[in-house]
Parts: sequence; C-alpha cells; structure tokens
Amino acid sequence: MKDQKPKLKPKEKMKIQRTEMPERTAEERVLGFGEVPLGFSEDLAEIEALRCLDCKDPKCMVGCPVGIDIPAFLKKVEDGDFAGAIAKIRETNFLPAICGRVCPQDQQCELTCIVGKKNKPLSIGNLERFVADYEREHGLRVTPEIEAPTGFSVAVVGSGPAGLTAAYELRKRGHEVTVYEAFHRAGGVLVYGIPRFRLPLDIIDEDVKALEEMGVNFEFNTIIGKSMTLDEMLSKEFGFDAIFIGTGAGLPKMLNIKGENLNGIYSANEYLTRIYLMGADRFPDNVTPLNQGKKVGVIGAGNTAMDVARTAKRLGAEVTVYYRRSKEEAPARTEELRHAMEEFINFKFLSNPVEFVGDEDYFVKKIVCDEMKLGEPDDSGRRRPTPTGKQFVDEVDTVIFSLGCNVNPLIPDSTPEIVTNKWGVVLVNEETLETSKKGVFAGGDIITGGAKVITAMGQAKIAARSIHHYLTEKTAKHTYFAKEVESV
Amino acid sequence: MPKLFEILTREELAPKTIMFNIFAPTVARAIQGGQFIILRVSANGERIPISISGWNRNEGSIRIIIMAAGRTSAEAIMLKVGDCFQDIVGPLGKRSHVEELDGTAVLIGGGYGTGAIIPTARDLKALGNKVIGIVGARNKDLLLLQDEMNEVCDEVIPTTNDGSMGIEGFVTHGLAKVIEREKVSYVLAVGPVPMMKAVSEMTRPNGIQTWVSLNAIMVDGTGMCGACRCTVGGKTQFACFHGPDFNGHEVNFEELQARQKMFQVQEKIALEQLNEVLV
Ligand SMILES: Cc1cc2nc3c(=O)[nH]c(=O)nc-3n(C[C@H](O)[C@H](O)[C@H](O)COP(=O)(O)OP(=O)(O)OC[C@H]3O[C@@H](n4cnc5c(N)ncnc54)[C@H](O)[C@@H]3O)c2cc1C
Ligand SMILES: Cc1cc2nc3c(=O)[nH]c(=O)nc-3n(C[C@H](O)[C@H](O)[C@H](O)COP(=O)(O)OP(=O)(O)OC[C@H]3O[C@@H](n4cnc5c(N)ncnc54)[C@H](O)[C@@H]3O)c2cc1C
Ligand code: SF4
Ligand code: SF4
Ligand code: FES
Repeated sequence: MKDQKPKLKPKEKMKIQRTEMPERTAEERVLGFGEVPLGFSEDLAEIEALRCLDCKDPKCMVGCPVGIDIPAFLKKVEDGDFAGAIAKIRETNFLPAICGRVCPQDQQCELTCIVGKKNKPLSIGNLERFVADYEREHGLRVTPEIEAPTGFSVAVVGSGPAGLTAAYELRKRGHEVTVYEAFHRAGGVLVYGIPRFRLPLDIIDEDVKALEEMGVNFEFNTIIGKSMTLDEMLSKEFGFDAIFIGTGAGLPKMLNIKGENLNGIYSANEYLTRIYLMGADRFPDNVTPLNQGKKVGVIGAGNTAMDVARTAKRLGAEVTVYYRRSKEEAPARTEELRHAMEEFINFKFLSNPVEFVGDEDYFVKKIVCDEMKLGEPDDSGRRRPTPTGKQFVDEVDTVIFSLGCNVNPLIPDSTPEIVTNKWGVVLVNEETLETSKKGVFAGGDIITGGAKVITAMGQAKIAARSIHHYLTEKTAKHTYFAKEVESV
Repeated sequence: MPKLFEILTREELAPKTIMFNIFAPTVARAIQGGQFIILRVSANGERIPISISGWNRNEGSIRIIIMAAGRTSAEAIMLKVGDCFQDIVGPLGKRSHVEELDGTAVLIGGGYGTGAIIPTARDLKALGNKVIGIVGARNKDLLLLQDEMNEVCDEVIPTTNDGSMGIEGFVTHGLAKVIEREKVSYVLAVGPVPMMKAVSEMTRPNGIQTWVSLNAIMVDGTGMCGACRCTVGGKTQFACFHGPDFNGHEVNFEELQARQKMFQVQEKIALEQLNEVLV
C-alpha cells in the first residue's frame, strides 16, 4: 500500500497545500482545559510529510536548536514508518511530544524550511507531535541503552526541560544522576507555567517516568542554596563530581505603580502556579484557593500573557489584555495572539496601567491607564510608546501581571563564586557552559534570562557533553571565561 | 529509620495547638533560627508556611508548632505519631539577625511565635547577650513552652489578657516595663500582626533595633510567585525570600493585615468542606 504513492517532482510537491492540524472551535475550547489542536490522522500526517523536498542541505535543521534530522524523519512518516520516524527524532531530542507542542516552530525549523519561500513551510512541529503521540499511544517507547557505569555522580538542579535533558544525556553516558527539585513534582515551567490546553500533564509525566526507568534519582522538596550549597554537594558529604544548574528564571517583575499590592492582583507565576501546579481550578477538592473575579485584566502581551488570559477565560471571566504598545509590537507569537483573539479575549493596545484603585477591603476595583501613542524606535528597534495625556479607567476585580521574570538569585546568593551579570543571569563559558565555579555547569533560562524549551534543552545537551568530558578526561580543567549566552 | 516526613512525637501544648517532631533530614541538617518550612498535609493539599521551633541534626528531625487556624492547619493537627506529612520543604527564608549587643535583647512571642523565637533566643545567648523573653496569651493555659523559655532566656515575662499569670494585659505591657528599667538594644517579635505592630510602635521613639517576622500568604516560598509581597520602607519585598524578618519600623502592617484576608471567602468554604467530611 505504501509503495503505491505517486513519485512527485519537487515542483509538484511545492504546489501541495500545507495540511493544517484540526482544532477545536473557540466556543468549545473555552469550556475546558482540553487541548486545542486535535492531532493528525495517519493519512494526514503522510500527506503533509510528502511535501518535504528532502533537501541536500536541509535549512530546516539549522533552525532546530537540537539539530533533529528533519528530512530523515519526514521521509519515514511519508512511508508510514512512524516507529522509524520517532526513533530518528529520539537520536537527538528527548522530549518530542513536548517540543512538537510548544516549540515556536514558526520562528525556528519552519522559519528556515525552504518550502516556506514559495508556499507554507512543512508542518514540522505538528508531525513531530504526531509521531511522538503515535509512539505513546502504541506503547512503542524503549528505554535507551545506558553505557557502562563510569563511577562518577552528577547532581542536576531543577527539573525543567534543561534539568530533565541534562539528566537524560548524563545518565545515558553511564553516570549516576540525581535531580534536585524545589517543588514536589518534576517539570518546571512545563507544569506550572504552560497551560494544560497546550500541554497535557500525562505527557510530561511519561518523560519523567522514562528517566526514572533509566535509573535517574529524583529528590523533590529540596532547594539548592537553602537545603544545601553547591560546595556541600561537591564535598565528601554528598560526593558529587559535577553539577548542572537548570533552575530557570524566577522572580516576577512588577510595574512598581500605585496599588499593585492590592488583593486580587497576582503575578502570572502565582496565578499559573495556583492553577497548574496546585490545581486551584478544582477548589475546594484541591485545597489551594484562587480568588478570581468576573472582570480580569491581564498586563502585557507576551506568550505568558496569552496563556494567562486564555486560562482566566476558561475559568469563566471576561478578560481584557492591556498592552502599552500596539498589536504589531506584541511579543506573543502570532498563533498565540490568534488563539486568544478567537477565544473572545478583549485587547486594549496602547494602554499603559499607571494605577490600581481598591475598595475599603483592599481589593482591586479599578485600573487606570494612560493612553499611549508610538514615537521613535528604541534600542530594541520597537517604537517607543509615550503618553498622549489622556487616561481611561476600567473596572476590574482581578489583575494578573505578565511582564516577565528576573533570574532567581538563590544559588548565586549562596555561592558567591558563581558570577552573574547585573540582571542575575549566570555567566558561562559559551562553548562548554561551565560557570565561574569549577565543575559547575549551567543551561536554560538561568543563563539566558528566559528563552524557550528547546533552547534550554539544546544548552543542557551541550553542558552534559562538557560535563562528560570534564569527568572522563583526566586533564580536564576549568574552562570558564565570562560570556553571556544570547537568548535566541 | 523513620519514613520521610514521619511524625516522631506529637504533643498537645494547648487546645488546637500541637507540637510535632518530624523526620525531615534535609531540613534538619541546614535549618537555622528564624527560618521556616512549607508543608502539605495531603496530595491535594495547600502549601502552608510554618516556623521552626527546634531541630535535632543527628536524628534528622525538626520541631514545629501548629495552631489550627483553618482547613490545612486543622488537618495537620489531626495527624498522629507514625503518620507522614505529604511534603516538607526548607529551610526557607533568612536566618534571624543575631549579633553581640551592648544592651538587652528582648524576644517576644505570641501564639506559635513563642516556639519560633526559641532558636534565636538560644543563638543570642550563646553570643553572650542578656536575653529576656516576653510571651503573651489570653490566659495561663495558653502559654506555651514555659520551661524551655526559662532555659534559653535569662528572664521570662509572661503576660495574659485575663491576668491569670504574669502581667495582666498584652506583651507590650511587659516590653514597656523592660524598656523603663534597662537598656534594650534589640527586639524580635513573632506572632499576630497587631502584636508585631504594637511592639514596633513602642520601640520606634527610642530607635531600638526591632525585627518582626512577617506571616504573609505564601505559595512557593522561594521568591518565584510574589504572593507574599509586603511593603517595607516603601518598597515591595517578598516575605519568603527577603525575609521573613524585617525592620518593624518600616513595615506597612495595614497592608499585610489586609492581604492576609485575600482568600477569606475561599478559606471558609474549604473549612466547611472538611467539617462536612468529619461529621
Ligand atoms: C507561561 C509560560 C509559557 C511558556 N510557553 C512556552 C512555549 O510555548 N514554548 C517554549 O519554547 N517556551 C515557553 N516558555 C518558556 C519555557 O517554559 C522556558 O524557557 C523553559 O521552561 C526553561 O527551562 P529551564 O529548565 O531552564 O527552567 P524551568 O522550566 O523554569 O525549570 C526550573 C526548575 O528548577 C526548579 N528550581 C528553581 N530553583 C531551584 C533550586 N534552588 N533548587 C532546586 N530546584 C530549583 C524549579 O522549581 C523548576 O522546576 C513559557 C514560559 C512561561 C512562563
Ligand atoms: C513565615 C511564616 C511562619 C509561620 N509559622 C507558623 C507556625 O509556626 N505555626 C502556625 O501554626 N502557623 C504559622 N504560620 C501561619 C500559617 O501559615 C497559617 O496559619 C496557615 O497557612 C493557615 O492555613 P489554614 O488553611 O489552616 O487556614 P486558612 O483558613 O486557609 O487561613 C487562615 C489565615 O492564615 C493565613 N494563611 C492562609 N493560607 C496561607 C498560606 N498559604 N501562607 C501563609 N498564610 C496563610 C491567612 O492570613 C488566613 O487568614 C506562619 C506563617 C508564615 C508566613
Ligand atoms: S524540536 Fe522544535 S525546533 Fe526542533 S524540529 Fe522539533 S519543533 Fe522544530
Ligand atoms: S528545509 Fe523543508 S523541504 Fe527541505 S528538508 Fe527541511 S523540511 Fe524538508
Ligand atoms: S511565596 Fe512565592 S514569592 Fe514568596
């Protein structure tokens, strides 16, 4: 059956329309936390993969921070060999079901795909997601081979995508690996940031289980820098030979305006953590409360703001996003903005909150905004918003700040040897990702100040390779020279 | 060896006030006076912060005092010896400030705060300071840990609202007496917000170094969420991360007290649900 497919010339392939993944309607999806895209059928996946030109010099791979052999996996999908396709992906990517869902493909592999020059690019992310789901649904996952024990043991701090990837790469090379996590479960922002309608929990749990099956130890409820310091971990007491730090970015940014500590005002981190880590949407069966009113204001227009707004909508609120620049400057991905707009979320662009007004019980009731206009471009190349002099006042009973995060200084504070820049971003050797402290490496948001899942994973892979080298080469020396890793 | 987070001992200090020793070796090896933990009672439970009143590093155990205030603390005090807490994470927050002083140190505890000041009283005394403890309660049956307070302080002044023991009135009455008679250079107060506020007002005119431990509502306890934000010296601070101890003369107590009521409606629902299960 498979070999009955027509042989198409590149020109013909270029003409086939991209297969879009079916989605739930907006009306249906705001009723719950089910995933928005519904997945490809086998047929749709094969048809979409057929569009790949199997380039000699595949530009798509340049856009993928972990360098998946995209044409090879697409060829297998085209042939209906889904098991082969996932095996190909797993050579380089440990979290395909996650990346297929949350990678901003339009800025990565799909941005550089050659077909995109004339037509829409290959649907690489969706196909990756399809084969990863196929593997899970058909129970095809195999525990990877672990090399002979090396006798070295490595501590991984944090269980976000960076930590999980580092653990995988290090364990595969035969090292003992212990992951320390501050919370009671693994996943980092994958769990307590990214909403369930974009990434279901069981997918993350499967990947964590796979690590446990490989013999990775998980120690939860442990805060490095508080429960123990890096020096103690490297001493005889704990006996680690090297450490990978993947603690992410943490400290939420506030606006420092009047009234921002009123009741009913949350940071995105608090709001999302209450819901997605603690399950406050099922209060009181889950005991963690959330006090969300009928009118929710979201401040900011990045991806996190879209996640917050869409979550608030699903919990029954009328949601308005306030952003001080215009739609064109909004940092959120086009797809995220589209999803939010489809889901009946209001947007007030060129609106800069300057004050919150509360009632006698200290609960927020009003948001005061400056109306803005766009002036000259600033350092970031975006046009700088300036007040027009006019203001408006809206009624709100819940406000959620989504202005990004600063890096959490817990570890550098407890280990002054770890050098950071003035924003707290940990500085590393660009090539090895070793920090200023010998034997301590870092990757993920802690060295970028905030980037993407796949960037964190790519860095974790590099760091794991360096750690392996550091441990196994007797001549290994400290390679640090300060360098900030650009957040790409 | 005990199981992780297993309750080793349980003692009722006063009605609805239970002291637990718990096996939590990671916390026990590093904890210091003034720091706290966050615990969950069950897998669907809330994270609540609780101060540390003691530890045994060899045994790997920590000692906490829980006063039932609502749903989660009520569930916690129902646990028995041999039961386990779901999670305990810590130590969190910074150690209470200690130094060699040229005057007396006065440590003031109300409610669970009496347990919380014990480690710091011991630390201050070890540095050679004169340490006076003032503990307040409604009546003498609610005064906690008197023997131990007597052991770690040079003098203990109990105050009770009904005069059933010590000075009749509030801890501030005890504090006024001490300030009147000797040079006080350090005050640490841990307890209900009105108490910490009254203490800070009393020491302000004399410019006495005054620390208060802010019991803001918390989620993660590591500086990640901002739930615990308080205004200190006009600036937003995270109680879990920059504190919990702050300069009492700079704290906006009105805001703290208002913020503690953020989930009042939900707290009532949660407690009612528990009571329904218990009936
Ligand atoms: C709401 C939201 C939506 C996002 N959506 C996307 C998306 O769609 N696509 C995408 O690519 N990226 C997205 N991102 C960004 C992405 O999630 C991050 O770039 C990525 O998770 C970084 O991974 P990490 O492993 O470095 O850190 P994190 O995922 O932040 O994990 C760090 C882990 O370390 C733990 N930890 C912290 N300090 C300590 C300590 N001292 N001791 C022990 N453990 C500690 C934390 O509890 C956490 O589990 C989103 C981010 C947010 C907030
Ligand atoms: C640093 C710190 C140390 C503390 N030490 C102790 C202690 O040693 N012993 C003790 O009994 N209590 C202590 N508390 C207070 C304790 O955390 C609250 O009593 C507990 O959270 C109440 O939860 P609940 O579900 O039983 O009651 P609820 O009915 O939910 O709340 C009762 C009151 O407790 C406060 N509260 C509720 N949820 C939280 C939360 N997640 N975090 C903080 N406060 C909350 C609110 O102000 C609320 O009005 C401490 C609090 C802090 C911040
Ligand atoms: S991991 Fe991300 S960037 Fe790489 S191929 Fe998959 S979707 Fe594209
Ligand atoms: S660039 Fe596009 S067409 Fe070329 S190999 Fe990659 S996915 Fe296929
Ligand atoms: S409790 Fe989350 S920042 Fe303090």
